Amino acid sequence: MHILLRGRDIPNIKQLDVYETHGGFDGLRKSLTMTPAEVIDVVKASGLRGRGGAGFPTGVKWSFIPQHEPIKYVTVNADESETGTFKDREIMEENPYQLIEGSLICAYAIQAKAVYIYLRGEFWDIGAQLDECIEALRAKGLVGENILGSGYDCEVYTHLGAGAYICGEESALLNSLEGYLGQPRVRPPFPAQKGGGLYKEATVVNNVETLANVPFIMTEGAQAFKAIGTEQSAGNKIYCVSGHVKRPGNYELPMGATFRELLYEQAGGPLHDDRPFKAMLPSGGSGPIVPLTDEVLDTCMSYEDCASIGTIIGSASIIIMDETVDMTWVASKVTKFFKHESCGKCTPCREGTYWLDKVIDRILDGRGTADDVKRIADVAENMAGTTLCALGDFAANPIIHTIRHFPDDFAQHVQV
Amino acid sequence: MAIIGNPKYEQRIERHLAKYETARSAVMPLLYIAQEEYGWVNSEGIGEVAQLLNLDPTQVKSIAGFYTMYSEKPKGKYWLQVCTDLPCALQGADDFHAWLKDELGLDEGGTTDDGLFTVEHVMCLAACDKAPMLQCNFSYVEELDQAKMRQLLAKWRSEAQVAANGRG
Ligand SMILES: Cc1cc2nc3c(=O)[nH]c(=O)nc-3n(C[C@H](O)[C@H](O)[C@H](O)COP(=O)(O)O)c2cc1C
Ligand code: SF4
Ligand code: FES
Repeated sequence: MHILLRGRDIPNIKQLDVYETHGGFDGLRKSLTMTPAEVIDVVKASGLRGRGGAGFPTGVKWSFIPQHEPIKYVTVNADESETGTFKDREIMEENPYQLIEGSLICAYAIQAKAVYIYLRGEFWDIGAQLDECIEALRAKGLVGENILGSGYDCEVYTHLGAGAYICGEESALLNSLEGYLGQPRVRPPFPAQKGGGLYKEATVVNNVETLANVPFIMTEGAQAFKAIGTEQSAGNKIYCVSGHVKRPGNYELPMGATFRELLYEQAGGPLHDDRPFKAMLPSGGSGPIVPLTDEVLDTCMSYEDCASIGTIIGSASIIIMDETVDMTWVASKVTKFFKHESCGKCTPCREGTYWLDKVIDRILDGRGTADDVKRIADVAENMAGTTLCALGDFAANPIIHTIRHFPDDFAQHVQV
Repeated sequence: MAIIGNPKYEQRIERHLAKYETARSAVMPLLYIAQEEYGWVNSEGIGEVAQLLNLDPTQVKSIAGFYTMYSEKPKGKYWLQVCTDLPCALQGADDFHAWLKDELGLDEGGTTDDGLFTVEHVMCLAACDKAPMLQCNFSYVEELDQAKMRQLLAKWRSEAQVAANGRG
């Protein structure tokens, strides 16, 4: 059953009347009869964790917002720029009202004055569609002053980025929204604290998929949500499958389903029957790569099980590579991404990605040495944990883990 | 023309200024409007955005320079950004990108002499299951191959021709 990709089950759910016929805005209606603190308790009890990558418990994040502050904001992270991620796009294109409803429930729960949806600039058409949705909701009293006669006022706006992966990092996103360079901020203060959020006010930043779960939780109850998935990973998740499979695309399955189920039953197995799977990046370019062994295939897709095989489920942007793919080339591709996307604020990330890219190119050209391979592994180890934001760690991952798991792919390029 | 006092943009500019707590927050949407008017973010556009927001033009210029979607030089009428990031590359996007440049006789980032096409490669556009794909100005074109691309180039050329005749 789809909780998120309901556009696949219900034709035209992107139209307000159809969305409402199928229970649309019942979650908001119910929330408005409860106190904000009660709404937060339900979301906490559901076990929902952030779908933007880090998996932070959503209700706990909302409870950090100081209720006594007069001005608070919700910012929806619709920057979706991690390599291999295309799930938020389908939610917003095919089921946009569910995202807006989830955002309004979050806004009510923290008593926010407004919601800003920050979209990557390339989502121009999606932004225009969301603007139309917002106007349709305003006409029905679901956005703006005195929502559904509850006395609660909230505005919803869209904002387009302009091509910068780093703006998906929450503090860079806030800077960008304020019209400053989209570079991360020094924390604390965190966004949830006075001084750290949008316009220095306490702010919740949540991913699109995270918020799109909330209407279901409010209508069906925390227990119904928690019943799906595993102990520590509740609910469904959208897995974006790309690369060497027969049917790339988005698949919504419970957390805790196995990689085998996703990659064989859903995505149809290897693209070419005579070329077995070799490796998988389960969280786009930013998480550790793993060899696609039977053990990995039988692992459950949950926060806890992915940790046990040395990787993360993160945003679940699952990139599959078959045996024809050279992992040195993969390391080079991913490094070029991070070199391009480094915001340049801290030296280890700016200089490190530049240097790693140069040396990997040399290795790929056949001009590298075994020492070069050792050196890039060292540089990557030294970058990890020394930077202002997690991009520095992300950039170290592809090097460290491709060399660890696929040393022969590097050895074949270098002179001994 | 200009963007200040241009009836084409008046309402949009007002809407963006009203939507944020500070004028400065409107810098990104206004830069898009400047780009729409001038075809790229030139110094007139930067000056006008700065004036509307009461900012220094150098501040506006540094914002424009930070993001890849504001172009700092004129582009072709059809700005083609081919995704060559890992998932697309696993489906042949690097070869497709090289072929497209050849087909148009361009180097990376170049523009055809008739001013119609600019070709660049970009990072993931969140359409990895539809590779190879590209973004043409603000629209996605997905599941491409050489035959489909040749047809599109022909279509865009004739559209440009019709537009030019109409003006003529
Ligand atoms: C470099 C970088 C890029 C990120 N990009 C995104 C993104 O595109 N979308 C997203 O939702 N979160 C992204 N994040 C995570 C956000 O910082 C933040 O954790 C998330 O939006 C919180 O929402 P959640 O709790 O609902 O997951 C990124 C983080 C980093 C460090
Ligand atoms: S780690 Fe990289 S992206 Fe993050 S703040 Fe430092 S330079 Fe910028
Ligand atoms: S890699 Fe090309 S759209 Fe994602």
